[in-house]
Amino acid sequence: MTTHSKSAEIFNRDFERTTWHDETLYFVRQKRDKAAFQIDDWELLRETASQIKFNVLSNLSEYLIQFEENALKNGIKVHWAADAREHNEIVFNIVSEYFEGNIPHDTFKGIVKSKSMLTEECHMNEYLISKGIEVVDTDLGERIVQLAGERPSHIVLPCIHWKKEEIGELFHKHLGTEKGNKDPKYLTEAARQHLRDKFLNRKVALTGVNFAVAVTGEFVVCTNEGNADMGTHLSDLHIASMGMEKIIPQRQHLSVFLRLLARSATGQPITTYSSHFRKPRDGQQMHVVIVDNGRSTQLGREDFRNSLKCIRCGACFNTCPVYRRSGGHSYHTAIAGPIGSILSPNLDMKANADLPFASTLCGSCSNVCPVKIDIHQQLYKWRQVLVKEGHTSATKTLMMKGMSKVLASPAVFKFSGKVGRMLMDKMPFMVNNSLNLWYKQREMPEPPKESFREWYKKNRK
Amino acid sequence: MKVALFIPCYIDQFYPKVGIATLELLEKLGCEVVFPENQTCCGQPMANSGYEHETEGCTSNFQNNFDEYEYIVAPSGSCTLHIKEHIPIKGKIYELTEFITDILKIETLEGSFPHKVGLHQSCHGLRGLFTAQMSELNAPQFSKPEQLLKNFKGIELIKLSRKDECCGFGGTFCVTEEAVSVRMGQDRVADHLKNGTEILTGGDTSCLMHLEGIIRREKHDIKVMHIAEILNQAIS
Repeated sequence: MTTHSKSAEIFNRDFERTTWHDETLYFVRQKRDKAAFQIDDWELLRETASQIKFNVLSNLSEYLIQFEENALKNGIKVHWAADAREHNEIVFNIVSEYFEGNIPHDTFKGIVKSKSMLTEECHMNEYLISKGIEVVDTDLGERIVQLAGERPSHIVLPCIHWKKEEIGELFHKHLGTEKGNKDPKYLTEAARQHLRDKFLNRKVALTGVNFAVAVTGEFVVCTNEGNADMGTHLSDLHIASMGMEKIIPQRQHLSVFLRLLARSATGQPITTYSSHFRKPRDGQQMHVVIVDNGRSTQLGREDFRNSLKCIRCGACFNTCPVYRRSGGHSYHTAIAGPIGSILSPNLDMKANADLPFASTLCGSCSNVCPVKIDIHQQLYKWRQVLVKEGHTSATKTLMMKGMSKVLASPAVFKFSGKVGRMLMDKMPFMVNNSLNLWYKQREMPEPPKESFREWYKKNRK
Repeated sequence: MKVALFIPCYIDQFYPKVGIATLELLEKLGCEVVFPENQTCCGQPMANSGYEHETEGCTSNFQNNFDEYEYIVAPSGSCTLHIKEHIPIKGKIYELTEFITDILKIETLEGSFPHKVGLHQSCHGLRGLFTAQMSELNAPQFSKPEQLLKNFKGIELIKLSRKDECCGFGGTFCVTEEAVSVRMGQDRVADHLKNGTEILTGGDTSCLMHLEGIIRREKHDIKVMHIAEILNQAIS
C-alpha cells in the first residue's frame, strides 16, 4: 500500500465521518456551481484567465524584474529566495534584525501571520519557532489546526476536517471557553478576542501574496476575515512571502482573477477583503520575499508547466471525489488535493510518487479549475514519469509487463481468458479470497460459459 | 454502413452479453458489423498505471486488426478515449451512443422499456468524449445516452442527486485505493437507491462491474444493464 492509500483506508474506517466530510465539501462545490453559473461568460472568464497566465509564464523573468523595479520605487524591499531554506533564513534575518533594533518597545518576540500556503510549503513556522520566534496563525481555521498541532488539510478551508464539537473542546483546553459549548458564534467570538490580543502586541506581520502587479509594484492579499489587514495595519514590519508565479502583468487583470477566485473557492462573488499593498506607511518596513523553490524546474517541464497557473482557490479539492473521501492529511504535503498531486512530485519525486495515483482520472478537477489547468492529464503524465524514473514497486512493474505480454498476443489472450474463466467457475476460492482486494467488499463478475469471440464464431461466421 | 466492432478484453471475457447486444443493436440499425478476430486489449490498464511504454504490443495489435476500417465502434467510453488519444489509426473510433447519434444521425429511438432507469455517466465518456454536458461547466445541456433512452414507452429516467460523480472504479485504482474506490461506489449506489433506480445503466462495463460488485455484495434490489442491452431489448 502507498502512503496515501494507507491513510485513506484509515480515514474510511469511520463511515459516518467520511460521509460528513464528503457532504461538507460537496456543498462547497455546489456553492461554487451556483456562483459560477450566475455569470453568463463564466467559461470565457476562465479562458481569459488561463491565457493571461500563459502570457505570465512565457515572460515570467521580465515581469518579475519589472515588479521588483516598481516595488523598489515604492519603498518595498525585495528579496529573492531560491528555495525553502533561503526563504526561511531571509524571513528570520529580517525579523531578528527588527527585534534587535526594537527591544525597548518589543515585549513579544512574535509574528502574526495570515494565510500563506507558501510558508507551509517551506515549513517556515517550525523553522522560526525552533529559532525562538513565536508564530501566530491568525486565520481562524489555521489557528485551530495550529492549536491542535496539525497542518492545514485544505488550502482554503484549513480545518474543514474538524467538527464544531471538537473545536469547542479544543478552545476549552487552549482558550478557556466553557466546556461543551459548541456554538459557532460563541467560539468565533472567543477566537476574535484571543487573536485581538495577539494583533495588538505583535509588531511583525507576515502575509502571503495572491497577486503581484508588475507595472505598479503592488501586491494584493485576499482574505475573508480581514486578519491580514489587522496584522499589517498594526505592524511596524510587514513581510510578504510570494511564490514567483503570482505575478500578473497589469492591475486590470485583477478584474478577471478576483471575479474567479472567490467564486471558485467558496461560491462568494468576491473575497471580503482584497487588500492592495503598494508602499509602507511612514515608519513601517515592507518586504517581499520572492520564492522559487522548484518553480523554475516545473516551468522547464513542458508537460507540467501550466500547473504554475494555479491561483490556490481549492475548487479542485472540493470537487475531487477522492479528496472528499480521504481527507487532506492523506496527501502528506502542504498542498493536498488534485493540484497538490501534480505540484508535489516536482518538489520530491520519491516522497510524493504515490500522489498522482490517488485519482481515478475522472477529470472533474480540470473542469472546475478557474485557470483551466489540465490537472487530470498531468496526473496521467506524472504516472508515466514516475514509473520511468523507477518510483514504483518491482511487483507492479512485473505484473504490468506480464499483462502487456498476454494482452498483446491474441493467442495467449484467448487461452488465458479461457483458463481464467474456467478457474473462476470451478474453483471460485482461487479468486474469492482475502488476497483479492476486489473481493474484500465487492462480488466478482460471474464467469460466463463462453467469451464473446466464441459466441461470434458460432453465430456470425 | 460497415462497422468494425471493438469489444474490450474484459467484456469479451466476462460480459459477452454486452458484446452481443452491441452487435445486434448495430445490425438492427442497419449496419454491417464485423468483429476482427485477433483483437485483444487497447492497453489502457497499463497506460493509466504509468506503463504506457509497455503498451506497444497492444497498440500494434490494435492497428493490425482495425486499420482497414473507416468506422470502429466500442461499447466503452473509456477504451474509446484511450484509443483516440494514444493509438494512431486510419479510421475513427466511436463510443456506441455517440456513434448512433452523431454518425448514424439517429435523433431518437422508438421502443418500449417500462422501467425506472438510472444512468451512470462514466467519466471518460462524459469528460473525455463529451457524450453529455458536464456538471462543472456553464454550458448548454445535452446527453447522448439520455437522448436515445428518453422516448421509450414506459421508461422513467431517474434524476440523481449528483448526476455525474465518478463511481471510483478508475482502473487499477479499484485495488490500489480499495477503500476510497469502494466508498465512492457505495455512495453512487446509495444515490440510485435513494432516488428510485430499478435498473442502473451506463456506457462503460468497467464502472458497471464495480457498481454491480457492490450491489451484489450488499444485496440491493437494483439490476445492472449496459446501455447496449437496454437499447437492443427496447427496440426489438
